[in-house]
Amino acid sequence: MKIHEYQGKAVLRQYAVPVPRGEVATTPQAARQVAQSLGGSRWVVKAQIHAGGRGKGGGIRIADSLHEVETLTSELLGHHLVTPQTGPQGQEVRRVLIEAGCTIDRELYCGLLVDRASGQPVLMLSPAGGMDIEEVAATTPENIFREYIDILIGLAPFQARRLALKLGFQQKEQQRDFVALVQQLYTAFCDKDCTLLEINPLIVTDRGKFLALDVKMQVDDNALFRHQEIADLRDTDEEDPLEVEASKYRLNYIKLSGNVGCIVNGAGLAMATLDLINQAGATAANFLDVSGAATAEMVENAFRILMADPEVKVVLINIFGGILRCDVFAEGLLKAVHTLQADLPIVVRMRGTNVEEGQRLLSDSGLNFLLANNLAEIKDKIVEALGVQV
Amino acid sequence: MSILVGEHTRLIVQGMGREGTFHAEQAMAYGTAYVGGIAPGRGGSETLGHPLFDTVAEAVEATAANTSVIFVPAPFAKDAVLEGIEAGLDLVICITDGVPVLDMLQVRKYMQGKHVKLIGPNCPGAISPGKAKVGIMPGHIHLAGRVGLISRSGTLTYEAVAQLTDRGIGQSTCVGIGGDPVGGLNFVNCLEMFENDPDTDAVVMIGEIGGTAEEDAAAYVKAHMSKPVIGFIAGQTAPPGRRMGHAGAIISGGQGTAASKMATMATCGITVVHSPAAIGDTVQQVLTARGQI
Repeated sequence: MKIHEYQGKAVLRQYAVPVPRGEVATTPQAARQVAQSLGGSRWVVKAQIHAGGRGKGGGIRIADSLHEVETLTSELLGHHLVTPQTGPQGQEVRRVLIEAGCTIDRELYCGLLVDRASGQPVLMLSPAGGMDIEEVAATTPENIFREYIDILIGLAPFQARRLALKLGFQQKEQQRDFVALVQQLYTAFCDKDCTLLEINPLIVTDRGKFLALDVKMQVDDNALFRHQEIADLRDTDEEDPLEVEASKYRLNYIKLSGNVGCIVNGAGLAMATLDLINQAGATAANFLDVSGAATAEMVENAFRILMADPEVKVVLINIFGGILRCDVFAEGLLKAVHTLQADLPIVVRMRGTNVEEGQRLLSDSGLNFLLANNLAEIKDKIVEALGVQV
Repeated sequence: MSILVGEHTRLIVQGMGREGTFHAEQAMAYGTAYVGGIAPGRGGSETLGHPLFDTVAEAVEATAANTSVIFVPAPFAKDAVLEGIEAGLDLVICITDGVPVLDMLQVRKYMQGKHVKLIGPNCPGAISPGKAKVGIMPGHIHLAGRVGLISRSGTLTYEAVAQLTDRGIGQSTCVGIGGDPVGGLNFVNCLEMFENDPDTDAVVMIGEIGGTAEEDAAAYVKAHMSKPVIGFIAGQTAPPGRRMGHAGAIISGGQGTAASKMATMATCGITVVHSPAAIGDTVQQVLTARGQI
C-alpha cells in the first residue's frame, strides 16, 4: 500500500527522523496561511499524488513570496499532473504540501527495501541523490553502497558507519548523526512493515544537518491487519473506482485498457489468460483473480464489476477447479448473468467435476455462451466472440 | 524415488480447522500417511481416527512425523513455521496466503544452517503422484510418471499438470513454491533435487513476472543440469508497477519482466513455451525427441 509524502513524513516524525517543517493544504488561501505560519522567505509547494516523478511533471515548485505560494497552489489543485509514472491522463491533485525552503549542501539517496534474492532487508545509500535510483544502478552502479541487514539482529552501528565513510562523512558528529538517522529509519521500516522506505533526496543542509526532503513509503498489504493506523491512511481517490469497488468484495482486480473482460481463479492462471488474450490479437480489459477456491457468489460479484466497465465487449471466464462442481458453478453463473441482464458474448472454459453437465446447462440456456474445452480453444472463441461483436 | 514427498512422508497438519481437517482427509484418501494434527487446546482428543496434539514437538515425539502442512491464518503463520522447524521436521509446507514479508525474512534467517526444508507460503504444496499428496491440489488430475514440475502458481500448475496428464505424460513430483516475494525453496533448490532424482527425466518450470528467481534458475540449468527443462513465464502482458494477484508478481523499476526472463532462460538452454496452451505439447516434443516417450 502506498501512502502520501505528507503522511510518510508524519510517520517519520514519530521516529525523530528530521523532516522539513510543513503542512498540507487543500485551498490556495490555506496554503498561504501555512506558509505565513512557517515564516521565512522561500517555500516549496509539493503536489500530493501517489505517482513518482512529480518533479519532472512540474508538481514540485519553489515560491519566493506568499502571493506565489497562493498562485502556484491554485495552478496545481484540481489539475491533472502528468508524470512519467501517471500515464498520459495524469492524476488529479487534491492537496499540496507547503514546506519551509532550505539550503542544500549535498543530496544523497537513501533507501530501505526487501531484497528478494537474499531474503534480507537492504539499506542502500548513494551520493547521487535526487536522481532516479534505477538510472543510477544502470549507469553508475559503483555509486550505490549497500548493507544487508540481519533481521534478527538489526542494523548494526558499524554497518551504518561503514556507509557514512563511503559517503565521505569524516567528522565524528556527522557520523553520529548519520548512524542515528539510518537506525531510526530502519526502526520505522520494521515497525510499520514497510516494503520500501525511500528518502530521495536525503540532504545535508548548509549547516551540516541531515534532512529527509522527500519520503516514499510503501507498506506490506499482507501486514495491514496489524497496522490499522496505516490502513486508515488509504486514499481511494488515488485508485481506479472499479478497483476500489472490487476490493470491497476482496477481489483481486486491476483495470487494463482492452475490451475482453476476464474472470479467472488463481493469479498465475489469470496472468497466463491475459497472455492468451493477447495472443488472440485482443487486449484484456482487466486482470481479475477470484482466488483458487472460486465460488459462484464470487463470480457474480466479479461479473458485476466487469459490467460496470463500458469498455468490456466480451467476457472470458476461465476456471480451473479441482473439486469445483461445474454444474453447480454453471447454475450460479446463469443466475448472475440473468440478474445483471448481461447480453454480451461470454466465453467459458471450466474444468472440474461434472463438466459435461455444466456445459449442457450453459448451452441450453439460450444465452450467448461460447464454450471452450481447453486453453487453446479459448483463443479461437475470443476471436469468434469479438467477430460477433463487430 | 520422486522428491520431497513420497512413501517416506509421515504427515501432520498444523491448524486443524475446517480447511486443515478437510485437506487432512483428502491427503489420507490419496494414500498419504497422515499421522496426526495440531490444534492447541484440543490435545489428547482424536479426529479422523488420529490423535490431536497441542504442540508440534509432542506430535513428533508420539508419531515420528517428519512433514507438516500449515493451514493457520496469516497472523499466526510465522509462529507455526517456527514451531515446525524447532520440532525438527524435515519438511514444512505453508499453504497460508497473506503472510507479512518481514515475518518470512525472520523465518528465513532462523532456518539458516538447519536441515529443514520450507515450501511456501502462499502455495498449493507438493505431490508425488501415486505416493503422497501434501497440499491443496486436486489429486485426480495427476498421473504418476517421470516429469518434475516446479511452479510459483496454484491453478496454473494444475493447468500444466492437466495438459501433461491429458497427453499421458506422468509426473514424478509437482512442487508449488508459492507466489510470495520471499519464501522457502526456490527454483534452483528444486532443480537440483530433480537433477539428482533417478526417477525424473525432465523438468517443467512455471515462473512469473517479478524478482530474479527464474534468471537464477536459468544460470543453474546452464551450469549444472543434464536433464531438459521446459519453461513458461506468466505475465507477458502485465503492466509494470502493479501487483498481479501474487505479492511477488510485480515488475518494478523495469526489472522482472517476462520478456527478459524468457530471453535469459532461452539463452541458458531452457525450452521456452510462449503460450500457456502449449506447455503439454512442448513437453511431449522434447521427450519424444530424446526418445523418452
